[in-house]
Amino acid sequence: MTHRTSKHLRNAALALGATVLLAGCAGPNPRDPYEGFNRAMFSFNDTVDTYALKPAATAYRNVLPNFVQTGVNNFFGNLADAWTGVNNLLQGHGEAGMSDVTRFALNSTLGIVGLFDIASEAGLQKHKEDFGQTLGTWGVPSGPYLMLPLLGPSTVRDTVALPLDIKGDIWGYKEPVYIRNTGTALRAVDQRANLLNATSLLEDAALDRYEFIRDGFLQRRESQIHPDGDDAPRKPSKDDSAEPEAKPEAKPEAKPEAKPVAAAQSSTPVSSESAPKELNSGAPAAATVSQ
Amino acid sequence: MKLIKQLIALATVALAVNAHAAAAPSNEAPDVLVKRISQEVIETAKADKAIQAGDQKKVLDLVESKILPYVDSQRMTALAAGRFWRDATPEQQKALSDQFRTLLIFTYSGALSQIKNETVEFKPMRSDPSDNEVEVRSQVNVARGEPIPLNYRVAKTPSGWKIYDINVLGAWLVETYKGTFASEISKGGIDGLIKTLTEKNKSLANKPLKTVAK
Repeated sequence: MTHRTSKHLRNAALALGATVLLAGCAGPNPRDPYEGFNRAMFSFNDTVDTYALKPAATAYRNVLPNFVQTGVNNFFGNLADAWTGVNNLLQGHGEAGMSDVTRFALNSTLGIVGLFDIASEAGLQKHKEDFGQTLGTWGVPSGPYLMLPLLGPSTVRDTVALPLDIKGDIWGYKEPVYIRNTGTALRAVDQRANLLNATSLLEDAALDRYEFIRDGFLQRRESQIHPDGDDAPRKPSKDDSAEPEAKPEAKPEAKPEAKPVAAAQSSTPVSSESAPKELNSGAPAAATVSQ
Repeated sequence: MKLIKQLIALATVALAVNAHAAAAPSNEAPDVLVKRISQEVIETAKADKAIQAGDQKKVLDLVESKILPYVDSQRMTALAAGRFWRDATPEQQKALSDQFRTLLIFTYSGALSQIKNETVEFKPMRSDPSDNEVEVRSQVNVARGEPIPLNYRVAKTPSGWKIYDINVLGAWLVETYKGTFASEISKGGIDGLIKTLTEKNKSLANKPLKTVAK
């Protein structure tokens, strides 16, 4: 037993070591050591999107009546609420977790198998939590950015968590299989349809869509795990600190949350990596900017 | 003749007052300011059929008149350029922040023309009245799905509170551009970045705003 555990640990350590090594010879962005692979996947996904998903989603949005779309969205959203609830409870967010469970119960029954989101109208806010977030809450670092085929942006941690998320997807147990597959496709199209406006906006805003999505995604993920407030008051000073002086240890991309990986790569001998940030977050830096 | 002169004088005064009015209420608390701007903008966007239909000029006007006076675009650019900002000449800095500002205007405009039934809800402030930099937090409640967090970083300047960063869905705008800026600068220097931005803006200017199907 102990022998096996230690073997697992060793394997994990090896994997981690390999990751750090790979990351060590990274290009410009320490959080994206696999940029070559990721960009290839990104353009693959883009092709699939351009020729299959986006046209389907556009047709879906333009053809189906609004209430049908809402129904589809609510139905799958309701199934997802159950897994969200489990994750919220696992993360120790009892209140949110209970609210998700109540949502699921309410919408599944009075909301007619989830077609109507009456819980939202009753004031129970919808959340979205997955097992990757739960791992993050437990302190597992995100690891490098990873672009998954068809599934899109992710991180190494979230990819490791993915099998559990798939197991936690109630629709995955739907029989018969052909209905399950149709439903899964419908869900994908519906989700894409909801993003149509966002992606057209993204095309306008981004100079390099790959980088823009990556940098936005990593921040968003971090904020989901540490929701606003945990470190909010400090953040402005962090940005300022990177600005006026070119400090060797303050790489612009290295977010403070990315501790283990980022710290390992900034290649400065950091003994207590939070120290330089604290020093930099003082007012003088901020004052320089606002003038 | 005299009448014309008077009119011109009047117009100038009105303009000056307007310009001041934009910056004047420096005693307005930052959250009140952001709340007011966002309400004004949303109401205008919702009420104006031309904006809903994607009339680019109208949307740009709205952004320029209602939002831009309260945005510190130079600081935004400086933060996004990070350590490279100091190495840039004043001319480069100006060109860069002009182009970045234009890009942001286009982006805001795209977002604005998509406003439909959304409502904005502001969260309680967690700052001290003596703070010079605060975060105003809000969320946009949408018809479907979970609400979208929308936060602002606001700093006190001599001309009142100004927004210098925006957070959508948990990602800060400046932080998100930082990576791209750095890699563009490493490829072609500050001038390369300015050039890329300029070209991007040109292509956006030539492209009609995407009208949004309902």
